[in-house]
Amino acid sequence: MNNTTSKTIDLYFMDARSKLIDIAAFMDRVDRGDETDDFRYRAFMDALTCLNERNRAESVLLAFSDPTDEPINRAGTISACGAWPDKASR
Amino acid sequence: MRYIEPHAHMVSRTTDDYTALAVAGCKAVCEPAFWAGFDRSSAAGFRDYFCQLTEHEPNRAAKFGLRHFCWLCINPKEAEDLMLADDVLALIPEFLERDNVLGIGEIGLNKNSRNELTVLEKHIDLAARTNQLILVHTPHLEDKYKGTRLIIDLIAGDSRIDPGRVLIDHVEEHTAKMVLDAGFWGGITLYPESKCTAPRAIDILENFGLDRLWMNSACDWGVSVPLAVPYAALEMRRRGYGEKTIDTVFYENPVRFLSQCPNFSL
Repeated sequence: MNNTTSKTIDLYFMDARSKLIDIAAFMDRVDRGDETDDFRYRAFMDALTCLNERNRAESVLLAFSDPTDEPINRAGTISACGAWPDKASR
Repeated sequence: MRYIEPHAHMVSRTTDDYTALAVAGCKAVCEPAFWAGFDRSSAAGFRDYFCQLTEHEPNRAAKFGLRHFCWLCINPKEAEDLMLADDVLALIPEFLERDNVLGIGEIGLNKNSRNELTVLEKHIDLAARTNQLILVHTPHLEDKYKGTRLIIDLIAGDSRIDPGRVLIDHVEEHTAKMVLDAGFWGGITLYPESKCTAPRAIDILENFGLDRLWMNSACDWGVSVPLAVPYAALEMRRRGYGEKTIDTVFYENPVRFLSQCPNFSL
């Protein structure tokens, strides 16, 4: 399946531009708050390198993911936070 | 346009939402059993919930001209307590007889724990013994990739289950291929923050084909958009897709999967 009549840049450039500026502003904000050591931010910075690859969306998602195979012993009460906490210690 | 909302938690929504769905062309709404936002204290709470899903909510939907169907289970977020899970699993068979029940769901994993896997296996066994369709929730965020792999391994390992009668929901770019390659259907959930935006959902269709995929809003008590499905159809029109393709994605596909359940009719 593929679209035939619309141009991707025409449709999505302004939206992507806006989101990119938001990301830049977020990074500036983290710098100002001196929170660059947070594991989620380190995972975020790592995920940014995926933008140089092909299949970028998949690569970014995998960069944030738990890659292990074994179920954990107990669910506990901590919610998913968007980045795998153990990545920083590996 | 006409469409099916294959995943919406209408017990959490208002009558205004029912009106909006009906006006937008929705013909049926399908409601999986899920977490209420708090842990229920006993199986009796689930009995009441199953009555709500099979008695009260279909009547509420009917006032807006909508068919209402549901799926039954104890959701993975409350599956850590094995005794509670067993008590709820024992309740389900009597409700499977009810005429708006589509099958077992949304089962699956939340944090990928051993107890969640145990309860998932028991649900799969129940579905196999009673010949039910299965709807599977996959974990959110960083847990999704691992959880989806665990779920696929478990279900594919049960020879009684036809993968064409199982829909694995909340797929994203890193899980869609493994779900489809294993013969399952995939659901794409349209959320404003987590899960998928409409442009990404359409990208997934373009990359993996539209043969065994559907889109849903999964609207509930959290940040979610009841009209996310018709909004995604609008996005497809912006990309130049014609009404026939849009009808396939938003109406024919869900009807094809759900029609495997004899209770599903429009």
